[in-house]
Amino acid sequence: MQILISTFSQGLIWSVLALGVFITFRILNFADMTAEGSLALGGSICALLITNGVNPLLSLIISALLTSLAGLITGLLHTKLKIQPILSGILTMIALYSINIRIMGKANLSLLGKNTIFSDFENALPILKENPTFSAFAIGITICLILILTLNIFFKTQIGLAIRATGDNEQMMRAQGGNTNLKKIIALMISSLLCGLAGGLIAQSQGYSDVNMGTGTIAIALASIVIGESFMTFFKMKNKILSALICAVLGSICYRIIIFIVLNFGMNPSDLKLFTAFVTAILLGLPNIKKIKEAKKNA
Amino acid sequence: MLKLQNISKKFASNSADEKIIFENLNLNIKKGEFVIIVGGNGAGKSTLMNLISGSILPDSGKVFIDEKDVTNLPEHKRAKFIGRVFQDPLKGSCPNLTVEENLSLAMLRNKKRTLHFGINKGDRENLKHELEKLNLGLENRLDAKMGTLSGGQRQAITLLMATLVKPKILLLDEHTAALDPKSSEKVLNLTQKIISDNSITTLMITHNLNHATKLGNRLIVLESGKIKHDVSEEGKRLLLKNIFRN
Repeated sequence: MQILISTFSQGLIWSVLALGVFITFRILNFADMTAEGSLALGGSICALLITNGVNPLLSLIISALLTSLAGLITGLLHTKLKIQPILSGILTMIALYSINIRIMGKANLSLLGKNTIFSDFENALPILKENPTFSAFAIGITICLILILTLNIFFKTQIGLAIRATGDNEQMMRAQGGNTNLKKIIALMISSLLCGLAGGLIAQSQGYSDVNMGTGTIAIALASIVIGESFMTFFKMKNKILSALICAVLGSICYRIIIFIVLNFGMNPSDLKLFTAFVTAILLGLPNIKKIKEAKKNA
Repeated sequence: MLKLQNISKKFASNSADEKIIFENLNLNIKKGEFVIIVGGNGAGKSTLMNLISGSILPDSGKVFIDEKDVTNLPEHKRAKFIGRVFQDPLKGSCPNLTVEENLSLAMLRNKKRTLHFGINKGDRENLKHELEKLNLGLENRLDAKMGTLSGGQRQAITLLMATLVKPKILLLDEHTAALDPKSSEKVLNLTQKIISDNSITTLMITHNLNHATKLGNRLIVLESGKIKHDVSEEGKRLLLKNIFRN
């Protein structure tokens, strides 16, 4: 039971990253590699603030807000210097590696013995002291609910709709008077903000921040998103923004359960990235293979 | 209303493939005119539209809309005055958004987008009413994904989107060419109705002789970037007969 709840909590915390990547990858149609750098940036700033005695919740908020600047940089590289999306993100990601080491002063920063939002929460509600795994679960689910509701409302506003339209048909959005460059930058900043928030949460939950904590995480986020999408197809859900957001979170939880199972079956932890990449490739490719087969049948 | 002054435009300039599209082109279009533009491939018809809409900028010369110099205004800012329908029915709308969401985007063409909800109840009724006017039975499909509609339906909605906020100029770039004859006829009749109901200044490119004859009160024939003929309604029929006979 304990293990199940902690797996769930892991999924919830990592789903914040999945939501961030969902915004660029699915809504904006922009393969944004900034996410990996943003995750570590959020973690670094958050760890720095906590070790300097700032309140953990406040640290989390500040680090997320500052991380949105990473999205701004990628956005400017793409819209002003006309560099391709994937390359803009990679450039920001590479630059962030050095910046993160500058921020922490070294390659990693331990939060050992410091207060985190998790320990604060346990102290505030003494019942949780006996069941510490519950605090991560409660915090994870609260944050996910807040994010899903806020994003769902945001993407129904005039600006939110314009961002979705920019990802769907940029030419049309410009013909309808939309400043598509600005819309891209806003979406990239929100995405980075969420990745930074995820970084801060992960750092606090694992008790340290590391400059390499972002490496390979984009594959985890993508895996979560495509697992979530296969839920949507399976349950024949309408492709609404709300169900897509919920499914991204469910996908993230599901990914953690799968990882837990394969590790228990004795998979070498260092093979996890290969496994994740494999699963993501299969799930991304399956719908396309189906389409090709159907087209051949109809031809 | 619309004035092009000494417009020059080259593609691939200073290279071996340099292609001069326009050289000192002048064009004046008065309010309420419905101009049909014909001409062979490469005559510069689409480039003309792109220069007006701002999706490409001229090398030299000026573009005026309502006496206002818009030469350096980017496309999305010019969109305030300009409604546009492309040849490809897929280009004018967002396939993954609903009919209602697409139309609501178009309602804000000349306004600043804010954090207010994109669609409210009043808008919904309004949009339903507008869709009824199309007479395609689309008024009950506000929640349908745009991508699930047929090309003709999508083009009709794109036309509605281009005119929902009344534009000063409507640009139609062979907007019925990719449709089957029946849908093409439907969309064309709608075009005529919307333009005459709202008396919108319009430029329409077409390859279809029937459409060129049937519609418009001015005809311009472009040939390698030059205006070869420019006639009003009376001269149109005669000219068309001559051009298309050869």
